[in-house]
Amino acid sequence: MTGVRVLAGTSKGAFVLTSDERRREWEVSGPFFGGWEVYHLKGSPADPDRLYASQSSGWSGQVIQRSDDGGRTWAPAGNKFSYDGTPGTHQWYDGTPHPWEFARVWHLEPSLDDPDTVYAGAEDAALFRSADGGDTWQELPGLREHRSAPGWQPGAGGMCLHTILLDASAPGRMFAAISAAGAFRSEDAGATWRPVNRGLQSEGIPDPDAEVGHCVHRIAMHPDRPDVLFMQKHWDVMRSDDGGDSWHEISGDLPTDFGFPIDVHAHEPDTVYVVPITSDAEHYPPEGKLRVYRSRTGGNEWEPLTKGLPQQNCYHNVLRDAMAVDSLDSCGVYFGTTGGQVYGSADAGDTWAPIVSDLPRVLSVEAQTLP
Amino acid sequence: MIRVVLPSHLRTLARIDGEVVLDVPGEVTQCSVLDALEVRYPVLRGTIRDQDGCQRRRAFIRFFACEQDLSHEPPDAPLPEPVATGAEPYLIVGAMAGG
Repeated sequence: MTGVRVLAGTSKGAFVLTSDERRREWEVSGPFFGGWEVYHLKGSPADPDRLYASQSSGWSGQVIQRSDDGGRTWAPAGNKFSYDGTPGTHQWYDGTPHPWEFARVWHLEPSLDDPDTVYAGAEDAALFRSADGGDTWQELPGLREHRSAPGWQPGAGGMCLHTILLDASAPGRMFAAISAAGAFRSEDAGATWRPVNRGLQSEGIPDPDAEVGHCVHRIAMHPDRPDVLFMQKHWDVMRSDDGGDSWHEISGDLPTDFGFPIDVHAHEPDTVYVVPITSDAEHYPPEGKLRVYRSRTGGNEWEPLTKGLPQQNCYHNVLRDAMAVDSLDSCGVYFGTTGGQVYGSADAGDTWAPIVSDLPRVLSVEAQTLP
Repeated sequence: MIRVVLPSHLRTLARIDGEVVLDVPGEVTQCSVLDALEVRYPVLRGTIRDQDGCQRRRAFIRFFACEQDLSHEPPDAPLPEPVATGAEPYLIVGAMAGG
């Protein structure tokens, strides 16, 4: 049966939401790992029943969970994330040097073709890789050891590596994004990295067009057109047509260009989704209206999508990893809010309905299209 | 026999019901008790103390026994006799947090 599985990580556990291809009725299971923060969970593109989850708590730190049955049952995998060698320092909020300290895994990115290989983006910013289903983890230190790293500073949420994109067309090519260092690209499977931030302008740093230091919130790529990248920066929605070598702004007629998530339609590489948020000081939608904005032109021209979304008194946020699309013929779009709602659209955003309304704060949303 | 009581979130993680009873070879210390606990339940590695280097206690974990807070004792200090004999449990506690 063709269907969709939506994976929601929340501040108090993980939830698995399942529907058939009509996406009208949903079965909700969970919470898994109740009481723990689940920053992210994601399925393997090579085996949709292989899932990974990042579970953590202030008391007991990081746990990685693995499922081999689509999220019905889980087993703990390895949780030893050790920086390679003797880690140096990055800048702290007050500008003083601060030793690299592992806090948690923000994002898990399973390999495109091997269910046992998975990447983990960590706070303090570093990239880890496991080739044994998450049982053991090795850092790919080239990113953390980039010459610019001693100058990286954390964003308000910590210095997190939150985005990992794998390019299916070019083995070894991958992108990572770090708040608040910026975007980076590797051509050699993560061994070496270069910053790809030219064209970004950030008023919140001393040199607005510096090589690094930009608070990139999220990057999205359509797998069929990997040289085109879309970015939601702290402020500004940006686009690159050359794999990150240069960026230009596509905020266009958005009501505000602050926000966190960004994603691309599964079948239309120029259809892009963002959720404008009032400002960096007001993390809620403008005018209390929850609106997804869609561009069908690759940016600049945006239309508000409101049908089925609250259009008054809505003051939730949508976090950077909390939007996803499925790849059914009529592309499904999903997002979760800090108010505990997960909304879904089975018609590319034209209409929306809540799948669940009263979860804990939603930290991440992923969608799997099931065979 | 050493009796260890874990906080509920770690009992759930390790699928433990009630107290853990451990054989601890040699001197009974925080370190030897946690070593034995982690051998029995590898999933607890990293959840009570760091896995690297000096194996620091995690900041929001506390160790109580015999109505004393032993959290700041050296990891190799002998635990109280009632813990070593099994008369009293060694309590691993999630610190009160929140408001």
